[in-house]
Amino acid sequence: MNQHFTAVAGTADQTRGQPDASQDVVRLVDLKRRFGATAALDGVSLTVRKGEILGIIGRSGAGKSTLIRCLNGLERPDSGEVFIEGREISRLGERDLQPLRRRIGMIFQHFNLLSAKTVEDNVALPLKIEGRPKGERLARAAELLDLVGLSEKARAYPASLSGGQKQRVGIARALAARPALLLSDEATSALDPETTRSILALLKDINRQLGLTILLITHEMEVVRSIADRVAVIDAGRIVEQGPVWSVFADPRSDVTRSLLRAIRPQLPAELASRLAPGAGAETILRVDIAGDAARGPLLSDLATAVPGAFRLVHGGIDHIQQQPVGTLFLSVPGSDASHLGDIITFLKTRQARVEVLGHVAGSV
Amino acid sequence: MSPVLFELLLRSIWETILMTAASGLISLVFGLPLGLALVATDRGGIAESRWVNSALGAVINGFRSVPFIILLVALVPVTRLIVGTSIGTWAAIVPLSIAATPYYARIAEVSLREVDHGLIEAARAMGGNRWTIIREVLVPEALPGIVAGFTVTLVTLIGASAMAGAIGAGGLGDLAIRYGYQRFETSVMIAVVIVLIVLVCGIQWVGDRLVARLDRRG
Repeated sequence: MNQHFTAVAGTADQTRGQPDASQDVVRLVDLKRRFGATAALDGVSLTVRKGEILGIIGRSGAGKSTLIRCLNGLERPDSGEVFIEGREISRLGERDLQPLRRRIGMIFQHFNLLSAKTVEDNVALPLKIEGRPKGERLARAAELLDLVGLSEKARAYPASLSGGQKQRVGIARALAARPALLLSDEATSALDPETTRSILALLKDINRQLGLTILLITHEMEVVRSIADRVAVIDAGRIVEQGPVWSVFADPRSDVTRSLLRAIRPQLPAELASRLAPGAGAETILRVDIAGDAARGPLLSDLATAVPGAFRLVHGGIDHIQQQPVGTLFLSVPGSDASHLGDIITFLKTRQARVEVLGHVAGSV
Repeated sequence: MSPVLFELLLRSIWETILMTAASGLISLVFGLPLGLALVATDRGGIAESRWVNSALGAVINGFRSVPFIILLVALVPVTRLIVGTSIGTWAAIVPLSIAATPYYARIAEVSLREVDHGLIEAARAMGGNRWTIIREVLVPEALPGIVAGFTVTLVTLIGASAMAGAIGAGGLGDLAIRYGYQRFETSVMIAVVIVLIVLVCGIQWVGDRLVARLDRRG
């Protein structure tokens, strides 16, 4: 796929170590699935490495749900291969899938807790399915409820819990049988922003503490931004872009990614954008994207020293994603001196920044 | 009311309770699995089979479309085969059960169908088999509806058992027709109606309390 920021991304990828096939918890090869005339999956190939959090993002109807359901055999691909811990599962029968599914936990957008069972019985259900004795089940349930911070609700019924608490129970239940992989199907989409943050923090915690591999699908970039290590963007049944989250955020290559990022990345203020014109004007507006080492140095003060003449910061800022600075700055350069503008652009490019001339604005910005 | 009539009333109450309870129990034992089979074999069910589903549906509809009084007479040979006679309280339990079973199967089907499909998917994702889904998800989640439906079936059976008087089944309906209506014993008629009201209210009250206890959906 795309080589994001090859020059600066090298360090990040090296610390992660060489991808080793035996470390892949999930490997999908050219997965295809049609529903009538529409292709829900149109040749998806993807790997999920042991211990990582992979976020799959796409608009609704992009094929996310079909994709995640192929991983535990709830959905069967028309063609292609699904390897879970090295074993091909797409053609297994329901009976052979059952033990495999116990290796894979799943959490859902609408929690899917059993209303007739207490919280602890919900959490213990996967163990009951495995045929474990009652004492062991309840001990494990207590341990997990402690992990998700709901010990005092063990005997309560799900109906008495808040949405965030229900999802915590869902997470505890998904972890009960000590899975090798956790699938998250829009787990925070029904929650308010604050609860979403706490659930995502819990997932990140579990990923770190237990080394659990997590694959999550979402339509919210914020979810990917806050916990994923890598992101894959799916559109019309195809993976259009994938890579480490910070590099995809810094340099989105596809229109879908750009449009999904619009909600959380700095944009030129609408009022200013509406006044942009292609011809000459009093001020030129530049968009400058920087990431990684390029964003760590004193870029703007160096620019001021290297290129005499004025420029102004109009909008933007530096975000930190996976400890990597990712920034978008909107600069305004006054006057119609083409060589001055050219010097600025050249300087920025030597610092690995991507520069785009957005247009000109007449009058004062 | 004479002591003889009073004794007759007590016996009729017992016969009605016996007919309702026995055929109710039988309809529960056979109707619930039938309802489960209807839901399981339906499109998108856990044991999808269009052929089985249509066949089951046709048989159930067939029995349900025959008026009970006709069924009562038509089933006489079957009753004779099972009970040895076609007359009396025990004989009436056969057609009552056969009428109530498909009725209850449909009621149970509705409750089972209302179980959120996401819960079934969650149980499948945990590695549960069909039996797990039935035992841990479908039945417990539908239980309030299953119990409420059973209450409705029992009340309906009390009414139907009155018709069984036509084959000498005894019971309150039979008593009301023979003494209250044909012999102008108004006191018997009034007593029967009061007992029936108490019976129906009692069953409904117990059923409602049970449903309230079972329903954890908040």
